[in-house]
Amino acid sequence: MDILPILSTLRRHKTTAFLVIAEIALTCAIVCNAVFIINQRIERIHMQSGVDEQRLLHIALTNIGVTKDDKARRDEDLAALRQISGVVAVASVNEVPFGNSSSNGSIKLDPKQRLATLNATDYFGENVTQTLGTQLIAGRELQPADYMDMDQVVNAATAKEAKGVPHVVVITQNMAERLWPGQPALGKQLYMADYAFTVVGVVKELIRPSIWDDSAKSYSMVMPVRVANNEYIVRVDDPKNRERVLQAAVARLKEINPHRIVLKQHLLSNMREDFFQNDRAMAGLLVGVCVALLVVTALGIVGLGSFWVAQRRRQIGVRRALGATRANILRYFQTENFLLATIGIAVGMVLAYGINLMLMVHYELPRLPGIYFPVGAVLLWIIGQLAVLGPAMRAAAVPPVVATRSV
Amino acid sequence: MFGYYLDLAVHSLRRNKVLTALMVLAIAVGIGASMTTLTVVHLLSGDPLPGRSHTIFYPQVDASPKGKDSDEPLDMLDYRSAVDLWSARRADRQALLVQSQVRLNTADAGKPAVMTMMLSATTDFFTMFDVPFRYGGPWSEQDDASRARLAVISDDLNQKLFAGGNSVGRTLRLRDSDVRIVGVLKPWRPSPQFYAVRGGRFAAGDTSDFYARPEDVITPFFTGLDINDGNFQQFTCWHMPARPGHLQDAPCVWVALWVQIKDAAQVAAYRRFVADYAAQQQAIGRFTHAGNTRLRDLMGWLDFNGVLPGNVRLQAWLAVAFLVICLVNMVGLLLAKFLRRSGEIGLRRALGASRAAVFAQYMVESGLIGLIGGAFGWLLTLVGLWLIRQQPVAYADLVRLDVPMFLLTFVAAIGASLLAGMLPAVRACRVVPAWQLKTL
Repeated sequence: MDILPILSTLRRHKTTAFLVIAEIALTCAIVCNAVFIINQRIERIHMQSGVDEQRLLHIALTNIGVTKDDKARRDEDLAALRQISGVVAVASVNEVPFGNSSSNGSIKLDPKQRLATLNATDYFGENVTQTLGTQLIAGRELQPADYMDMDQVVNAATAKEAKGVPHVVVITQNMAERLWPGQPALGKQLYMADYAFTVVGVVKELIRPSIWDDSAKSYSMVMPVRVANNEYIVRVDDPKNRERVLQAAVARLKEINPHRIVLKQHLLSNMREDFFQNDRAMAGLLVGVCVALLVVTALGIVGLGSFWVAQRRRQIGVRRALGATRANILRYFQTENFLLATIGIAVGMVLAYGINLMLMVHYELPRLPGIYFPVGAVLLWIIGQLAVLGPAMRAAAVPPVVATRSV
Repeated sequence: MFGYYLDLAVHSLRRNKVLTALMVLAIAVGIGASMTTLTVVHLLSGDPLPGRSHTIFYPQVDASPKGKDSDEPLDMLDYRSAVDLWSARRADRQALLVQSQVRLNTADAGKPAVMTMMLSATTDFFTMFDVPFRYGGPWSEQDDASRARLAVISDDLNQKLFAGGNSVGRTLRLRDSDVRIVGVLKPWRPSPQFYAVRGGRFAAGDTSDFYARPEDVITPFFTGLDINDGNFQQFTCWHMPARPGHLQDAPCVWVALWVQIKDAAQVAAYRRFVADYAAQQQAIGRFTHAGNTRLRDLMGWLDFNGVLPGNVRLQAWLAVAFLVICLVNMVGLLLAKFLRRSGEIGLRRALGASRAAVFAQYMVESGLIGLIGGAFGWLLTLVGLWLIRQQPVAYADLVRLDVPMFLLTFVAAIGASLLAGMLPAVRACRVVPAWQLKTL
């Protein structure tokens, strides 16, 4: 197919050609970035939590405040929960993954350091890792002998008595890697609020309850502190027992103390869904926008293509009369569309890159991966060819006799 | 002449229904998407106290020993600084504010107890923020000082507990204390819940909770501290508080102070007062630094906290880009439509129509397409806003199309299509009559 005659035709129809190119370029730029954001959100939605999500329940009741017998009440609650059939493990905790509420502390590697190395969340509660079902990859779990009661720890910390504060900690693999890149973390010391903690165990993953910054999502520590906050997690033997156990557990807890108000009762899998609700909504919206954009662009190409064909009926008739076949005419319009699409895509890629740079500054998005460019190009070429097919076929159907009329 | 052009336009739109439908669709979808997101932006970024926001200020000092003069101060105040600044009474009005979760027993109304957010504030809160009352009114300064067991409740709670009747004089049980209701608010829904905005710079754009509803129960500030002792949440602490939830003497920031200064000339004096206070506290050794005090006005504070959620902003940009593509598309389609009628144009020009007349005729046609597109766009906007109301976000109940945005829908639709019609119309009126007539 000869490209030169097409180019010379396009040169004489600058406006129309420019419009097609502009539309393709803008669509290309926006769709590339939108699909990229969609992928980012989907990746986020599928974030690993490191816990046994399908078997976990979370119950939070009102905390009446610090009372003398809250430890005894907690033990009574835990014992009652353990007796429900289908329950494998229970723990009294201060926070849960996807709970959106967390206790956090600044971690230093040297007590004299002015700025903290990182900020990590601290999970408290006896048996918390065993109940959550995290995977230990080095060292040991926290032992009953490591544990201290929260109120005593607070008293000791107020009196600045280091002895009354725990001195061991279990951390996540990501946190260990960030603190001591390439070195084994076991036995190393980290500092929080001027107290030293020795790492005795490393878990593969344990996500934070609230995530402000995705790169810090797995900076979690488990500390040997017993808490009595009226907040419990329960692991069941089989996911299909979850609803039943949750109902039974809440009923049992209300029976023990009917004055408490149940603040939260969730399956962890539902908490996860709620946690990523925003991301899901945004991804859905972007998919809608992309589809709408591609449809609008395709319709635009159909419209302009039809106009172009109608305008050139006589020219086509002359070519047909001079011996061009239907296939020649069809291919002429297809090639023309291919050329316009290619220019549009090239401009669009530059634009896409520019928009991405802007998003990187304002929305802390990473750089657009290279793979988006060829994929985006192929997609737009296909859409362009499909859209122009109708008008091109109509052009090919123009009979040569048109040439003889009104020349 | 306009009537005649309108007639021609209707005629022309009827002639090629598919092309017309495509153009109307492009405008409608573009306008629908942009107006949906712009309406949300408009509702979320408005002034919550029009006419008085410039007189409302949020003083900040930095009690944290971990801060330094080049840092922003912490977003809230420690108890002592807040009470000192408040009791100096150097502004026209000043209110201390703190929120806490409290157990609300409503045995009276035969409903189960619930946990609810309670706002504890000094009485200027109501006058300063122009909070509307249905029954009763605010408590007195005397009540603030004497820690009177009083409360003002929201219209919502009044509907729920007392079926909307005049409940002034009835009692509520908050945790273990009885409080007497002295006032019932009219429905009050500031957007955002400006007096509780803080920490936006740590939220990474996820700020939709700033648009939550105001609390159902409001008690005097010191009364609240008494009845809900042990249940207060810090914004942050630099050391562990001795008793969690009891923060009066803790190394924590957790209280907000808002002041109203009506005379613009007095603002500088108050700013100096806050700076002097910090310097004096540094002199007595309570502060480690005093160089980073702030006195932002309400809108400045909202700006600093970036209250508009990041997702909403991103959606608005996307929608506007979408509208641009729809317009480019429409330029193409209009060009096709107008130039196809070159013969007709040639004839009109040959019969004496001026270029301006041809141009006007096609602009009328573009405008008509815009009007129809705008009507459909308006429907799509309503659908879009309905979809947003179904989302579980704090501002969902705020989302509606107000009159300015309704008008803007049509202005934007017609404006956009006139803009899109400009180039095709110019091309149309440049048609050379003789050329066209030859081929008729």
